[in-house]
Parts: sequence; structure tokens; C-alpha cells
Amino acid sequence: MIRGEQLSKYFGDVAALNATDIHIRSGKITAIMGGSGSGKTTLLRLLAGLEQPTGGHVWYGDEDLCAMSVRRLYELRESMGMLFQYSALLNSMNVYDNVAFPLHEHTQLDESVIRTMVAMKLEQVGLRGFEHLMPSELSGGMAKRVAFARAMAMDPRIVFFDEPTSGLDPISAGVIATLIQDTSRKNRMTSIVVTHDVHAGLAIADHVILLWQGDIIAEGPPDAIRQSDDARVQQFLHGRPDGPIPFSRSTTSYIDDLTHKPGTIRLQS
Amino acid sequence: MNHSSVKQSFLALFFGRLGRYALHGVEQVGDASMLGLRALSLLFVRPWQGKHFILQLYALGVGSMVIIIITGAFTGMVLALQGYYTLAKFGSESLLGAGVGLSIIRELGPVLGAFMIIGRAGSSITAEIGIMRVTEQTDALEMMAINPMQRILLPRIVATVIAVPLLVSIFDIVGIASGYVVGVELLGVNQGAYMAELIAKITMVDIYGGWIKAIVFGFMIGMICTFMGYRSEPTTEGVAKSTTEAVVVSSVGVLIIDYIITSFFL
Amino acid sequence: MKAYRRIEMSVGVFVLLGIMAIGWLALKVGQVGGLGESGYTLVASFNDAGGMRSGGDIMMAGVTIGRIDSVTLTNNEQATMVLRINEGVKITEDSFASVRTKGIIGDRYVRITQGSEDTFLTSGQEIEETESAINIEDLISKYIFSGKD
Repeated sequence: MIRGEQLSKYFGDVAALNATDIHIRSGKITAIMGGSGSGKTTLLRLLAGLEQPTGGHVWYGDEDLCAMSVRRLYELRESMGMLFQYSALLNSMNVYDNVAFPLHEHTQLDESVIRTMVAMKLEQVGLRGFEHLMPSELSGGMAKRVAFARAMAMDPRIVFFDEPTSGLDPISAGVIATLIQDTSRKNRMTSIVVTHDVHAGLAIADHVILLWQGDIIAEGPPDAIRQSDDARVQQFLHGRPDGPIPFSRSTTSYIDDLTHKPGTIRLQS
Repeated sequence: MNHSSVKQSFLALFFGRLGRYALHGVEQVGDASMLGLRALSLLFVRPWQGKHFILQLYALGVGSMVIIIITGAFTGMVLALQGYYTLAKFGSESLLGAGVGLSIIRELGPVLGAFMIIGRAGSSITAEIGIMRVTEQTDALEMMAINPMQRILLPRIVATVIAVPLLVSIFDIVGIASGYVVGVELLGVNQGAYMAELIAKITMVDIYGGWIKAIVFGFMIGMICTFMGYRSEPTTEGVAKSTTEAVVVSSVGVLIIDYIITSFFL
Repeated sequence: MKAYRRIEMSVGVFVLLGIMAIGWLALKVGQVGGLGESGYTLVASFNDAGGMRSGGDIMMAGVTIGRIDSVTLTNNEQATMVLRINEGVKITEDSFASVRTKGIIGDRYVRITQGSEDTFLTSGQEIEETESAINIEDLISKYIFSGKD
């Protein structure tokens, strides 16, 4: 079980996350959704320990991730996987070596065993036979599926997905969403999915957390989110440009900018 | 605005900018050494990165051999040519070997060698690490329980520290030999005099000085180039900017440190 | 894996070449060990070493026969030099050491002139008869002042 307690993160003076409490349920798929700049990727990185919070704690069971020794952290990470937004395949290695990488690094398994395991993972994502290709030769969707296979290589208990469907065509996005759902259910994995893809998020998640400007504005099972009467939630779900969530963040009025700011066009002289 | 105030504001701007650059440079070198030392502290922490040291030595050392040999050869040749015509005016062509050898071993080998290594290998180290940052490959390593500082930074720093003195020594030898070819075979300096004067005039202190320079340059290049890559802004321009900066800062650093070490050895 | 073997081999060749270059520089050009510890040492005291430094040449009949190990000040007034003489060069007990200059403004060196005795100096012994460096300024001023007398 993973818990974020009063988590906050500031980049300079800008708050990416305000003292947020979050609870990730074991063996379930949790989707963290929100618009761009809502703090969802920051939250994911904090939970994965890729970033230190400005305040608060991340609890794995009764261990504090932020106060943990590097050795213990790496021990935990051997049972974690992460699918990055831009796949993050190691571009000096071909597909096979990328998927086999965690196995080579952390197991003493025989190469023939590793080969079988890699073949299984690649079969699962439908890319068997592409072992010799380099990451630069793959399309975005293929790279993401290879990255998925790599994230699953160690059969992790906890997997983080950062925008798994963004930038993909609808079919590839659907393939990835289905893969996340199937493998999570089958292996009873704890999955944390960060996405702004409302459709995919609601379809695969057991639990949805909706973020806006660094705060949680709604939380619950997908059906409850769909039926929420919070205007902000409805605006986000239906992608309406008008609503309580402003489209722009200007603080000064447009006319002020035009008339008084030095260096801009003046309407009167 | 009258004339003197224009001049004044220009001077203020000039010195202000100069000061800012200097402070920025010092700060960066400080940060780079902190990061480099942190990476180096992982040298004897398991797992041992032997294979990655070899791979980096290959990229850096073997990869820079050709350029080092070419630069060394032409440096030695031009030194022999220039030296010969200067020395001939005083009738002391026999000192050619000493002149070529001393300038190469004490100064040109380490400095020109370092420049070529910065251009050939340093920039690619920065760009490579920068791109790994942009594409989240370092985060991916981190999530696969591999310390990017130990896996990416450490082998590159160790490889530069080992490779630079070796490459500089090769540069020295090639330079001296090509100076010999031009001086003795082409210009007709006495062949015994070339080597005898070279051996007589160059002491072990000169050679140690050259090696110490090479080792310090190696450290500096490794630390600055890995640091610039590691700290580059995660954008395309960020990587481009830090690659340029890595080349500029380490080249200027080579010249400054060269002066400091030379002043200690004289 | 085959590719990695090739990389390993080329790195091996590179390191070997580098070490050969280092070795050549040290042994051939720097003469480390070549003259460093071989031969034997003699001691000589001078009133004026004339700026002679360690590493300077020792010559006999215009041939280099050794190098100077060290120059130190003794008794607050004399310069004592440790001379390292090449193996096989024998120096008589009544030999004569002087600090000379190559040309008018050239390097300083120590010149040893053989005496007439049949016994030779052994390691650690002293060359008793010495002549200090000839100081050109002294010579010139002596000449000028002698003219005034």
C-alpha cells in the first residue's frame, strides 16, 4: 500500500502540488487525471521517489520513501516498473537488450532463460520478431509497447504509467490501455496511471483521482466521477472550454496591457 | 545623454558582465566538482562497473586516437619547420630536437591534446548525457534500480582521467617523431644532434609536468562535460546550449589550469 | 558479446600503446633510472657554485661523465655538491673540480681534471681541490677598478 501524506512540491515559488493526501489501493488501478500543469506528473514522480517532496511523506507500508537509504530504495525498485511518457528506451541498445536490461542487471538467470522471458514479454505486446531493431527505428506506439514490455520484465508489483496513451493513434492507445488493464488484473499489480485521456482513464481505472492546480478536486470509482455534480469535474470530463476552470491565466486586463505597459503598442499618445 | 555617461555606462555594463561571467564560471566549476566527486565516491561501491569503464575507454580513448595522432604529427612538423628557420639564424640548428621536444612535452601535448579530446569526446559526453536526461533515460535507469551517477557519470570521468594522459603521451611521441622526420630527413639537421639535444635538455621534471597537466585536464574534462550534460535543461536547446558551454568552459579551464600548473613547475 | 570482445581488445591495444609511449618518454627522453641510481657519488665543496643546479652536467675532457645530484649550503658559507659519476669512470685522488660555463653566457657545468696519482676516489669521498665559478661581473669590475688605481 502506498500513501502520500501532506505531499507538497514547489518549483521556486510555483506550487505544483499543495499538501495533498493520497491513498493508492494495492492490487488496483488508480488513475490520476487532470489538465496540463495540474500537478499529476509531479505527484507520480514523488510517489516513485524520482523527486523529493518540498514537504510531506511518501509511505510504502510503514517505510518512508524520502528517508530511506539508497540501498533500500533500489531494493524496492526491483519490484517496481515504470512506463515513461516518451518510452525512455535506452537508445544505445536494441529492443531485445532493452527488455532484457533489468533481467541482466538484477538476476543471475541464464541467457537462454532470459531469452525465453523476453520473447514472452514481447509476444504479449505483439512485437516478437522485432528484437534486433534499435529504438530509433520504432514508431511511437511500438516504442511504447517495448517500454511496456521492459516495465513488466521483472514482473513488478507496483507499476507507474506516465501518460501511457498520449501521442498515440486511437488504436495504439487502445492497445496500451487494454494491456495495462489485463496485466494489472492478471498479476494483481498495483498500477498508478497518470493521464489526461479521460476516456482511457475512466475505462480502465478502479479508482480515479482528479487534480486541478495542485489539489485533489474529486476522488472515487469511475462511475461516481462520471456522475459528480462538481462543475469543474464535469467541465474536465466533457472538455468544455467554458466553465469554472479558466482557459487562460492572465492576471492583468487586456486593455491595461495594451494601454499602459511600456514597450507595447499604444492606442493613444 | 552626454559622451562621458555613455562611456561610463558601457564600462559598467562591460565589467558587470565580465564579473557575472566569472562568478557564473566559478560557481559552475564548483558544482561540477561536487557532482564529479559524488560520482567518484561510488567507484568502489558495488556493483563494480568494469565493463562500462572499458566501453567508455573505447569510445573516448580508441575513438580519439586518430585525431590525436594527426594533430600530434602536424604539430611536431610545424614546430620543426618554424624552429629550424629561427634557430638557423643563430646557427644553432642542433637545438631543434630540444626545442620541439620541450614545447611538445611541456605545453603543446597536454594543451592541444586536451583541446582535441574536448572537441571529439567531451562534447559527445555532454550531448549524450543531456539527451538521456531529455528522453528520461536517466529516470528510467533510476526506476530500474540502477544509479545513473554510478552507471553514466562515473565510467566517463574515470575513462577521461585514464585516457587523457595516455593520449597525450601518444601525442608527444608522434610529435617528436614527426619533428624528427621534418628536421632530419627534410631540413638536414644532424640526426644524432636532434635526439642527443632532446635527451640532454629534457629532464624528468618536464615530463612529470606534462603528465600532471594531462591527468588534471582529464579530471576536469570528465567532470565538466558530465556535469553539463547532467544539469542541462531538458529541452533540445538546453542540450545544445550545455554542449557548447561544456566545450567553452573546459577549454578555458584547460588554459587557466595550464598556466597555474606551469607557474608551479618553473 | 563478440562485439564486446573486439572492443575489449582494441582498448587493450590502446592502453598498451599509451603505456609504451609513457615508458619511452620516461626511459629514453627523461632517462629515469638511466643515470639516476647507477654510478657512484663524490662530494665537492665550492666557495661559489655560480647558480649550478641539480641535474647539471659533469664533464671531463669535454665528455659528459655524470650529473649533479644535489647542491646544498654547508657551514653557512660553502656550496657542497653531490656529484654522480658514471660507472667505469675513474677519478684520481688529486683531481681538480671547477665550475665552468659553456661559452660566455651558456649553461654552467662542473669540469673535472685528472691528477697524476695512481689511486682513485671511491664512492662518498671528496674532491678536495676545487675552483669556484668565474664570475664575469667580478672580472669586469676588477678590470675597471684596476684601471683606476
